[in-house]
Amino acid sequence: MYWDEKAECMSKEEKEKIQLERLQKTVKLAYENVEFYKKRFDEIGLKPEDIKTLKDIEKIPFTTKSDLREAYPLGLLAVPREEIVEVHASSGTTGKPTVTAYTQNDLDIWGECIARGLKMAGAEKKYIIQNAYGYGLFTGGFGIHHGGNKMGAITIPISAGNTKRQLDTMVDFQSDILTCTPSYAMYLGESREKAGIPLEDINLKAGIHGAEMWTDEMRKRIEASLGIKTFNIYGLTEVMGPGVAQECEYQNGMHIQDDQFYPEIINSETGETLDYGEKGELVLTSLTKTGMPILRFRTKDLTSLIADKCECGRTTVRMTRITGRSDDMLKIKGVMVFPSQIEKALLKIKGISPNYMIHVTRPDILDEVEVKVEASKELFSDEMKEMEKVEKQIQASIRSETGIRVDVTLCEPESLPRSEGKAVRVIDERNL
Amino acid sequence: MVVKQISIFVENKEGRIKKAIDTLAKENINIRALSIADTTKYGILRLIVSDNEKAIKALEKDGFIVKENDVLIVAVPDEPNGLNSTLAIFENQDINLEYLYAFVSSKTDEAIVVMRLENMEKAIEVLENSNAKLLDSEDIKEI
Repeated sequence: MYWDEKAECMSKEEKEKIQLERLQKTVKLAYENVEFYKKRFDEIGLKPEDIKTLKDIEKIPFTTKSDLREAYPLGLLAVPREEIVEVHASSGTTGKPTVTAYTQNDLDIWGECIARGLKMAGAEKKYIIQNAYGYGLFTGGFGIHHGGNKMGAITIPISAGNTKRQLDTMVDFQSDILTCTPSYAMYLGESREKAGIPLEDINLKAGIHGAEMWTDEMRKRIEASLGIKTFNIYGLTEVMGPGVAQECEYQNGMHIQDDQFYPEIINSETGETLDYGEKGELVLTSLTKTGMPILRFRTKDLTSLIADKCECGRTTVRMTRITGRSDDMLKIKGVMVFPSQIEKALLKIKGISPNYMIHVTRPDILDEVEVKVEASKELFSDEMKEMEKVEKQIQASIRSETGIRVDVTLCEPESLPRSEGKAVRVIDERNL
Repeated sequence: MVVKQISIFVENKEGRIKKAIDTLAKENINIRALSIADTTKYGILRLIVSDNEKAIKALEKDGFIVKENDVLIVAVPDEPNGLNSTLAIFENQDINLEYLYAFVSSKTDEAIVVMRLENMEKAIEVLENSNAKLLDSEDIKEI
């Protein structure tokens, strides 16, 4: 049931020993080979030898996304360029893309992390993985692919999109595992129902979904519409890609591969390190990568860490579901609002499809929020007063979840954009 | 005595009503009566058509949300105060009107009124007792 029992189930003492050794090695590698890190260390008079305990990691300055952007494209390599065998880049939706470069060793580590996750989802060598993450610069497609290869499973590199072919492939190949973003899994589930393909005709057992935020309500719908158990996966291009962490069958937090990545939680305003259980921004340090080691990268993802041993027997530290990003938080009328809260509020209402769009404007001096929701047969009535009741109910649910009053607009089914990659849920047109 | 009406959810977007009507026309479905209730964001298109089953199937296939529900159809004299004489029947009976729409048939001298009431059963009883001319699905085909 484990891919690498030694790595995943080792004792705290063993783990910390390995982490410290690897951290010291990584810090030395970065300091001696990457101009950027050397400069940062020298500025505060820090030497690699000063890292004597794991706690000393707190002395190392943070690395941010903008640091990576400035080093675009290959400014942070710790090895000669000829040792790099693959590169990936973030989508650049929030600015210039950030690039990550991998040596063969780094790709092996990546495949290893993904293989651990595939195993958590029940995969075996004989399984067929339908990999509907996008192939390209995005890390999703290739990351899962490397893991599938590592395991020796059959990986179908179908990539994202072409929904009809996805469904045909599910039926014809009898795929065992689906890997894609949660919003695309949802869409595939809806499309299966629409196409009238009975659940018995597909053989999917598990879905591994990540790369965007999703809620438990969404999980229930995906699981029901595809007849699978789903596993939340976490990762980010800047650090490696998917596979940094993933849920096991207990679906109780994502196991961070902490022999490869050292996690910390910080207060995103003060930068101070927080304890286990406290909610804050996740900071990751790579422990084994050599192509582009990364020290204390601020992920902007808000979560908390669980140190206890999991029921599955793994001792790796777990992170709770990401509840937001410190940068996708919307400040509306002075109130902090996360899109995930709105999604949660919507999915509490029967008959609502989880496709929604949040539109924030400031026509004069006050913020206005319009939440567009797709109507469904269950919500529709021939009587106007019933329709108004539905809108009020949605409004009340959002208000109780977020504390703000929004304007609700019902739209026709499937009129809101579906995405095959990361779903865009927020349009903020305020000039702040 | 009830007649089935279909209602369609239409977003307030260019061409949506036309699209719904086109869908019906393609299936050779005749529209007997039509009304639209609208807000600034969406409308509810209510229709009495020649073949509900076929209409619902075609509309749903084209992505529309459709519902079928009961309405009463009454023929009233096409003359001043004609409608009021029918509405008067409900007075003091505690029957609330949700909505109504009317049209004039070219084949009779009467105006045809489609009504949705809060308490349909009681409304039928009251109308029958007052000898109002309630029409059924068969009658509708003739007009």
